[in-house]
Amino acid sequence: MGEFKVHRVRFFNYIPSGIRCVAYNNQSNRLAVSRTDGTVEIYNLSANYFQEKFFPGHESRATEALCWAKGQRLFSAGLNGEIIEYDLQALNIKYAVDAFGGPIWSMAVSPHGSQLLVGCEDGSVKLFQITPDKIQFERNFDRQKSRILSLCWHPSGTHVAAGSIDYISVFDVKSGSAVHKMLVDRQYMGVSKRKCIIWGVAFLSDGTVISVDSAGKVQFWDSATGTLVKNHLIANADVQSIAVSDQEDSFVVGTAEGTVFHFQLVSVTSNSSEKQWVRTKPFQHHTHDVRAVAHSPTALISGGTDTHLVIRPLMEKVEVKNYDAALRKITFPHRRLISCSKKRQLLLFQFTHHLELWRLGSTVATGKNGDTLPLSRNADHLLHLKTKGPENIICSCISPCGSWIAYSTTSRFFLYRLNYEHDNISLQRVSKMPAFLRSALQILFSEDSTKLFVASNQGSLHVIRLLEGSFKHLHTFQPQSGTVESMCLLAVSPDGNWLASSGTSAGVHVYNIKHLKLHCTVPSYNFPVTALAIAPNTNNLVIAHSDQQVFEYSIPDKQYTEWSRTIQKQGFHYLWLQRDTPITHISFHPKRPMHILLHDAYMFCIIDKSLPLPNDKTLLYNPLPPTKESDVIRRRTAHAFKISKIYKPLLFMDLLDERTLVAVERPLDDIIAQLPPPIKKKKFGT
Amino acid sequence: MAALEEGFTLSAVPLGAGPHGLLGVEQSDKADQFLVTDGGRTVILYKVSDQKPLGSWSVKQGQIITCPAVCNFQTGEYIVVHDNKVLRIWSNEDVNLDKVFKATLSAEIYRIHSIQGAEPLVLFKEGAVRGLEALLAEPQQKIETVISDEEVIKWTKIFMVFKHPVLIFITEKHGNYFAYIQKFNSHTLSKYTLVLGQEEKSVIQSFTASVDRKFISLMSLSSDGCIYETLVPIHPSDPEKDQRVVRSLLLKTVVSDDARNGVALTVLDQDHVAVLGPPLPSSKECISIWNTKFQTLQTSKELSQGTSGQLWYYGENLFVLHGKFLMVIPYKCEVSSLAGALGKLKHSQDPGTQTVPHFVNWETSRGHRLGSQNSEQSKRILRRRKTEVNVQNPASKQLLSAIKKDSEKHIEEELCKFLAIKPTPDFNTIIGDIVSELLGRHKAEPSFYPRNSLMQLIQTHVLSHSLCPGLMEAALEKADVQVLQLCLQQFPDIPETVTCACLKIFLSISDGSLQEAEINMESVSDYSDSVQEEKMEEQTEVLHNGFNAEEENCGNCDRELNKKPQDAAEETMSCPVIPKRAALLNAILHSAYSEMFLLPHLKDIPAQHVTLFLQYLYFLYLKCSENATMTLPGLHPPTLNQIMDWICLLLDANFTVVVMIPEAKSLLLSLYKFVKSQICICSELNKIEVSFRELQKLNQEKNNRELYSIEVLELF
Repeated sequence: MGEFKVHRVRFFNYIPSGIRCVAYNNQSNRLAVSRTDGTVEIYNLSANYFQEKFFPGHESRATEALCWAKGQRLFSAGLNGEIIEYDLQALNIKYAVDAFGGPIWSMAVSPHGSQLLVGCEDGSVKLFQITPDKIQFERNFDRQKSRILSLCWHPSGTHVAAGSIDYISVFDVKSGSAVHKMLVDRQYMGVSKRKCIIWGVAFLSDGTVISVDSAGKVQFWDSATGTLVKNHLIANADVQSIAVSDQEDSFVVGTAEGTVFHFQLVSVTSNSSEKQWVRTKPFQHHTHDVRAVAHSPTALISGGTDTHLVIRPLMEKVEVKNYDAALRKITFPHRRLISCSKKRQLLLFQFTHHLELWRLGSTVATGKNGDTLPLSRNADHLLHLKTKGPENIICSCISPCGSWIAYSTTSRFFLYRLNYEHDNISLQRVSKMPAFLRSALQILFSEDSTKLFVASNQGSLHVIRLLEGSFKHLHTFQPQSGTVESMCLLAVSPDGNWLASSGTSAGVHVYNIKHLKLHCTVPSYNFPVTALAIAPNTNNLVIAHSDQQVFEYSIPDKQYTEWSRTIQKQGFHYLWLQRDTPITHISFHPKRPMHILLHDAYMFCIIDKSLPLPNDKTLLYNPLPPTKESDVIRRRTAHAFKISKIYKPLLFMDLLDERTLVAVERPLDDIIAQLPPPIKKKKFGT
Repeated sequence: MAALEEGFTLSAVPLGAGPHGLLGVEQSDKADQFLVTDGGRTVILYKVSDQKPLGSWSVKQGQIITCPAVCNFQTGEYIVVHDNKVLRIWSNEDVNLDKVFKATLSAEIYRIHSIQGAEPLVLFKEGAVRGLEALLAEPQQKIETVISDEEVIKWTKIFMVFKHPVLIFITEKHGNYFAYIQKFNSHTLSKYTLVLGQEEKSVIQSFTASVDRKFISLMSLSSDGCIYETLVPIHPSDPEKDQRVVRSLLLKTVVSDDARNGVALTVLDQDHVAVLGPPLPSSKECISIWNTKFQTLQTSKELSQGTSGQLWYYGENLFVLHGKFLMVIPYKCEVSSLAGALGKLKHSQDPGTQTVPHFVNWETSRGHRLGSQNSEQSKRILRRRKTEVNVQNPASKQLLSAIKKDSEKHIEEELCKFLAIKPTPDFNTIIGDIVSELLGRHKAEPSFYPRNSLMQLIQTHVLSHSLCPGLMEAALEKADVQVLQLCLQQFPDIPETVTCACLKIFLSISDGSLQEAEINMESVSDYSDSVQEEKMEEQTEVLHNGFNAEEENCGNCDRELNKKPQDAAEETMSCPVIPKRAALLNAILHSAYSEMFLLPHLKDIPAQHVTLFLQYLYFLYLKCSENATMTLPGLHPPTLNQIMDWICLLLDANFTVVVMIPEAKSLLLSLYKFVKSQICICSELNKIEVSFRELQKLNQEKNNRELYSIEVLELF
């Protein structure tokens, strides 16, 4: 099949940010996740948990609360005191409103989805009315002594429970006055702690308030009388989050020890109508604090400082044993953070606030499969480019020739020219960027590095000609009339004639660069596109979707290729469809037109279109070299998918030349080593 | 009722042009798809529910298919043999059979068998069997001859028995039939001669077989029109020897005895067979379903256009070549009950009578009873069932009547006779009933205590406490430690009150009366001997899991006390109870309990008995810690966990009392010291954990390769 020299890169020192909040939307089956760097990500749980959208973070904008309102509007609030609404179509911030109550710690949308409540540092609870295009301050509730850390509406919308420090208040929404104040015991394992922080509250329709606090307690209160009904001590550390299911028959809490507990409402004895809350299942999928939990109808979702998003299906709720019945752990973003200059063998790494440029090493030795070759030159760190301003980098790209670097934040676009003189490298910023080039969702250079393609967040695509040290705006493809959907993925054909772009839901558009017009639109598919690429010579567009389907579409013929039809007819191997990370990059072999190279986080695959397709009976992944005696079987079972699982977690893989690959790995151990130490638990004895 | 549904023809093309009709109908790897091999040159893949062909392949002119095509369930490919020796393997996508994989073998093939869960097996005409992959690896390998000259294979079939394929084939030589069973897990071939019995002259016309756990039930349809059954063991008693199996008549004259051709037989399920052939002389051919259990004809269907005398059955479909077309007849057998047939499934519910389920699932009701002892409902069902059984079983009836009036001796004899009979499915209910009869009489006349009979009954392993609640009560009353020990060993469901009552008796009974009792001593090994031998090796360190308790952090008080417990340990090194009592106490240690229910009863034990028991437990603990595996010698000794749990239980229940007893003081001190040392160990372990983690980190760093390397990768 082929022998490659693989540059195995582990120096991409990428640390995902910890998860701060999660919010689940039942109508669209989407999950919003906010991270400690202010980034907000949207996962589509129906599309194989694909991370379909993201909003870049901002240094001053620590998100403390996240919630969905009616009409699938997403709001967040944070320690800068602002409430933010996100535009899920254009992928930017619609507006920010200051609540004037100091840092905001908590936020809750009313059961009807029309009112928004925020809890502030100064002890105020503020009610906002959600209007079709904005939010409007309505009034304050009775001011409390200390900060409001958690809020929950009663399902009828008449009362609100607010968790503060050492007590829980119950407000009457109509009057805005506190009806009850329930004091929480400060005692912790018999020792009086300084304070007891109510990290989360939940209000059930029967009037029960459930609170979780820093003393490790889960407590049940009767809101009508303001009394403690039941107390569960579940942890030696803080219980930081709670989420209740819609049916109110189960809820989930997350602790600082990394444990997630499932509570269920079960009958006291069989066939009795009396029910009580019972702690049923503990799960330990996290090593660090579980800062946020969510309860979807079929799964428990948790996230925290250890940066994993864990989706644990409830087996009793899963009807068929399919993909949804498997435990999911999402650690890495589903987009590319790395770009590569093949000509100069350079890698550009994108971090939150800086870029790193590395030159790969070289070797003159050869070897056989599995050998590590001696290096004649090690990899060099050439450049560390820090962004200006507090905004996070959205996207970045290095040109194939290695002499241009472009990146973008929410409000600024940067283009740099690199000059190489022997071992010296000089960097020159291209000034006077035009006004329309403010923010880009995706940047791409043409293969000959003469053109730059920029997908802006209003759905338009800019084509720019690059000259020595300057540039010229050639054309802007405007979005189809009526749509404002932003394009997230771009692909250009190696001959420079075709540009393909894809958004989150609509189909893939193909533009003719020569005539500067829309050539065709690939029919839209139910699942979002995860990767795009155009093959050399044939100009076949290869599209990977989040349900692990791969399509090949001939751009000149404006139709799917024969091979694509064949594989759709026969179907992919079931193990291929069961992979749980999306394909994030597709590339091609310059000399072997029948090969498609693609990878996800756990495998790298070369599809050889000339070989027969595997059926469900054949072994999909076969890492062993053929031995003499099994040659007959091997000859009859050789199939198109050549898979390697050596490199994982694999963040990027590309072909540098015919015989050389570059693979960027990010071992989980390295990430864990850089996280703060978890709460120490004794393993032995008392 | 078994029924044949309306059939339909599958093919538009006439089939069966060859002289022998179709070669075969075989299952494909997809449900509902079947491979039909015509006698000539064609293989057709049909989808039955759509009644249409999905694919068709044929060999070149001049070649002839000699064996039905099968599907390799492991790869989804199809395999066919043409010209006896040439194998062709292809898949759905292939169009031309000439261009597909070909292997020419060195011997002629009789059949290829393919079955779910195993690789295809090739049966050669000479009787040898090979796995397909092994054959393909070396197609020209030499194939040995298994059957003798002039012996011809007549029929063959494959089964999966315990996940391994078992192949049976029948040969004929001069009117004699032989059955060969080839097993692949043990690679044994056993040969059986079929003894035809009285119907010597009849010729067997069709075979079918089904498999039970130990037997292949081989059915044959003879030319006299009768079906015979032969049970061929899968696991032969002596594989070397030529064995004979006799056939017995199963169904009489299902087809007309002058039907020379066109009869076939296939087994449908446990009780049903399908027979193809004319039921009467000169009548048209019929397909009929017979119930072998009741020997009744269930249904039949006339096939007016004649058949080829071949019948296949897969899933729910019967395949028959009707005229020139392949016909599919769906077969259904629905579960029927006698009550349903009589139309009386619904009971009229009289007030006062309890409705009893028609079918008592003994397994579930038993499990339920074990789970909750106070389930009145299930007990009542059991009683009901017992009385029903009693009426039916004459042997037990006789025994029960003997119990009512006869002497103990006589009852014993009757019981022996009864137990000698092969156990029936409702054996345990009868045993339960006998015990309750015996106990009933014991209650009526207290002098009557049939101890031997009771012991015999307990040892049948089918009794439990809830089946005969009075038994242990009576034994406790009589202080019959022997029966109590047996009960503790055999019953899975003794309530904690009873366990505790047993314990009281075991502790309080005098040594003298113990000496008389015959007690099972297997859980007690001779401790005194081992004490003598191992005393030399005994070290205090062993006691503390390698941790020296005499460190400064153990406190001053320990130092003072150090001497005394040591002496106490020396004293207790001789067993504090006699071996017989030890055996009884071990039975208690082995029994199951729930702490919550046991604790209140333990409080009632007198203080000196508690001390004695504690001393014994402590002695056992010391014995345990003498060897590295922390076990006691003997056949069935108490485990360390059981000992520890009981020490904790006893102390929890009686601590305030025990603390006041002077003789228990040394014991408590040594226990206290033990616990303290355990705590020390745990804290030490916690300290070590940190160092270990550092070591682990170092180790990981060593394993972790460089941040950058260039490697060679070859993809195959």
